[in-house]
Amino acid sequence: MKRAAHRALRVVLLLFGVSILCFLFTEMAPGSFFDEMRLNPQISPETVSALRARYGLDQPLVVRYGRWLTSVARGDLGFSVAYNVPVAPLLWTRALNTLLLTTTVMVLTWLLGVSLGVWSAAYRGHWFDRIVATASSLLISIPEIVIALGLLAIAIRWRAIPIGGMMSLDHDELSAWAKVTDVARHLLLPTAILVFAGVAIVIRHVRASVVEVLDAPHVRASRSLGIGRVRLLFRHVLPVAANPAISLFGFSIASLLSGSLLVEVATGWPGLGPLLLEATLSRDLYLVIGGIIFSALFLVAGNLAADLLLIAFDPRVRKGTLHAD
Amino acid sequence: MTSKASATSPAKQLVLRVNGLTKAYRRRRLGWRSHEVIVAARNVVFEIGAGETLALVGRSGSGKSTVARCVAGLEKPDAGQISVSGAMIGELGGCDLRALRANFQMIFQDPGTSMNPRFTAAEVVAEPLVIQRIGDRSTRRARSLELMQEVGLAPSFADRKAAEFSGGQQQRLAIARALALKPKLLVLDEALSGLDLSTEAQIVNLLLDLQAAHSFAYLFISHDLALVARLADRIAFMAHGEIVEEGSIPSILEQPEHPEVRVLLASARTAQSTLAALGFAP
Amino acid sequence: MDPACESVVVVSNLSVTYQPEGGQPVHALDYATLAVQPGERVGIFGESGSGKSTLASAIMRLLPANAHYGSGSVQFQERNMLALSETELRRIRGAKIALIPQDPAQALNPVITIGDQISEVLRAHCRMTPDERRTRIEELLAEVGFDHPERIYGTYPHELSGGQRQRVVIAQAVACRPSLILADEPTSKLDASLQGEVLSLMRRLSEHHGIAFVLISHDPTVLAVFADRIAVMYAGRIVEEGSKEDTFRRPLHPYTQALISLSGRYLISGSRGTRLSAIEGEPPNLTTVERGCAFAPRCPDRMQTCSESYPRQTTRQTAHRVSCFKYDE
Repeated sequence: MKRAAHRALRVVLLLFGVSILCFLFTEMAPGSFFDEMRLNPQISPETVSALRARYGLDQPLVVRYGRWLTSVARGDLGFSVAYNVPVAPLLWTRALNTLLLTTTVMVLTWLLGVSLGVWSAAYRGHWFDRIVATASSLLISIPEIVIALGLLAIAIRWRAIPIGGMMSLDHDELSAWAKVTDVARHLLLPTAILVFAGVAIVIRHVRASVVEVLDAPHVRASRSLGIGRVRLLFRHVLPVAANPAISLFGFSIASLLSGSLLVEVATGWPGLGPLLLEATLSRDLYLVIGGIIFSALFLVAGNLAADLLLIAFDPRVRKGTLHAD
Repeated sequence: MTSKASATSPAKQLVLRVNGLTKAYRRRRLGWRSHEVIVAARNVVFEIGAGETLALVGRSGSGKSTVARCVAGLEKPDAGQISVSGAMIGELGGCDLRALRANFQMIFQDPGTSMNPRFTAAEVVAEPLVIQRIGDRSTRRARSLELMQEVGLAPSFADRKAAEFSGGQQQRLAIARALALKPKLLVLDEALSGLDLSTEAQIVNLLLDLQAAHSFAYLFISHDLALVARLADRIAFMAHGEIVEEGSIPSILEQPEHPEVRVLLASARTAQSTLAALGFAP
Repeated sequence: MDPACESVVVVSNLSVTYQPEGGQPVHALDYATLAVQPGERVGIFGESGSGKSTLASAIMRLLPANAHYGSGSVQFQERNMLALSETELRRIRGAKIALIPQDPAQALNPVITIGDQISEVLRAHCRMTPDERRTRIEELLAEVGFDHPERIYGTYPHELSGGQRQRVVIAQAVACRPSLILADEPTSKLDASLQGEVLSLMRRLSEHHGIAFVLISHDPTVLAVFADRIAVMYAGRIVEEGSKEDTFRRPLHPYTQALISLSGRYLISGSRGTRLSAIEGEPPNLTTVERGCAFAPRCPDRMQTCSESYPRQTTRQTAHRVSCFKYDE
């Protein structure tokens, strides 16, 4: 109980710290949203100041932070000056889009990565292992942006899948099932890019820890008892080899909101990434801060998930082992 | 605890003195329950003089390894005093302890994992000298070769990697390494288990020879009574973290008092009689 | 034991070589021959490098990838083990032949409960409903000496003591009532006090269910308590074989004689400080192929012919076999 409370406290403190840093950095960064407006001769300085006052941007930093905190407590993340809508709902919609993409990617990456990793380990040295190893080396060394551009180029030539955006123009007129397939088709490209970029590291991690476990005495003992090959790999070897992979998985969860920014921008997927990019470029203060806090929350949740998963899967962690103090 | 005819003669120099040694371990469980505390050693008291061997015997979990590790300075006791050649080491840590480490050394059960397999034999043996910053390269190498010779390893092995040696040879290296700082006390934690019969015999003979030459005190941890009978002067039985009986080998073997000791000896006796019936002789 | 029965396993002139990467081939087994009768308890007496563990692995076809079978054959219940496919072998392993490995601490999967681990063996070989399995597992746990099998069922290996873990391993081995169990130093990692219990458990199971045992050990105490017949191995060959009485009381081969005098060390005597006798010379070098007897360099009775060719096996009375020129007529 104490440990959980400690953890929760640390999370709250972390979020506080992140928000303070956000405010500080945005304050220190040059420029503000209204700079462009000021340059525009058609808008009078009085209008600009009035607008600033309306958004509370003329108050000192501490006051602004205090007011922001109190409104966050109420669930209100502020107002976006660029989009002219409240921050929270805007973030939420975009976050959902990102989550749709990244969850699909995560499921596919891990299914593919674990299977390929386990089979590579089981057949180490054979041609299968060599091909997978070469492919993963290649994929790890190619930067994500290059993969993205490469697949984009292929998609454009191929013309079979839609490029850009999440929905077709006539999305609202489609039937329910057609809507789903429409989104799915738009998902293909960004998903493919992200899976290609991320699967290699999973394969390598899984392969490495499975290879290590395959040499363990208890695996030999299981083989001597006549346990079948597939069952041996997935019921006896993988759970023991899982710990590093589980930690990696936790980090994957942590990057659910942040890892896809580049690809979203490149493929025009209407997620959190492009939103935050624009917001930062236009100094849309509360949107930027709201987005960062959102991501920080996810990061923390991801780490927590990793720890919980480890507890759930490894009885040695659960039941504790002896150590001196 | 019963003690029989075990006082060291006053003429012998006391090398190790352990008084009231207590150490507990905690098992941290995830969840709401509090920590589980397991007392590994409770109020352990014994002494060893120069040239003497005391054997600590008991089942696994009886606390003998814990005591060994505390005496060797690898763990800090929760309570009690440990003094080696008059210097109290129980409370010390870090640099203070390092200066005193020359006085006591430990030989571990698995020699393969107690040395860096990539080091050459000479480097393994010279490591304590390097850590204590004694001598320069050439003097260290000379000393390494000297020590290797003393444990029966030819100088031609000096540049072979430790991984290439057999288990018995590695254990000799470990002993040579332990001798580098001219200790007064050697702690042998199951140092002979896992060795072949003939290799074990060679190492036992080596240990006896070294003790005769240098008057080392040995703290010998083992669960093998036959080996203990050959190497030790006195034996202390541990059970559940406490010394339950202590005395010289002949007296304990003839008249064990504590029930646990009796059980241990009884089960050994049955195996012995089977062997004797088949014509084995000591 | 029915003398008309065929042997459970017959190893004939088996040779096994390991090819380590970038190293010399190691001849672990060299024309090894051994036959085990149903229900018989055979002890293999040898030191490290004798090939004893390789023999056990070879019988079960569990050698590492870099091992190579040379000449010879392994017949298990009239089937040629060297010709079977992996699928057929998997059906035999665990069900007809089982292995009790050396270190109980390492032999059990750390993240699977005890009950589930035994269940895995049953699932692999026997058709049972989950309830039947559960009952059987609790029966097995009781048979190997657990007072409260239901409690042990859900525990994990790291919660048990060394002796308890070894019992679980034994339960796994006997789960499908095999005909042969190979035990490789089953008590060497256990406390001396537990040795007797584990050995008598295995003996009881062997007698009760008619399971043949091949128990490998360097400790004559273990063999004296457990085995009926002893085979002594040196440098990949069986140099002497006979009943326990014959081999221990009237050893023929010089190596056996040396081992037995060394084994006096296992007797407790209050003779502090007496040096132990050792066999002179180094353990055999398995990378070279000797034409003659591998023990010759260390043998106190060596003759000229010993380094020239390998002695034939001669049989003295009561099936006491030895390969030594001293007895070659």
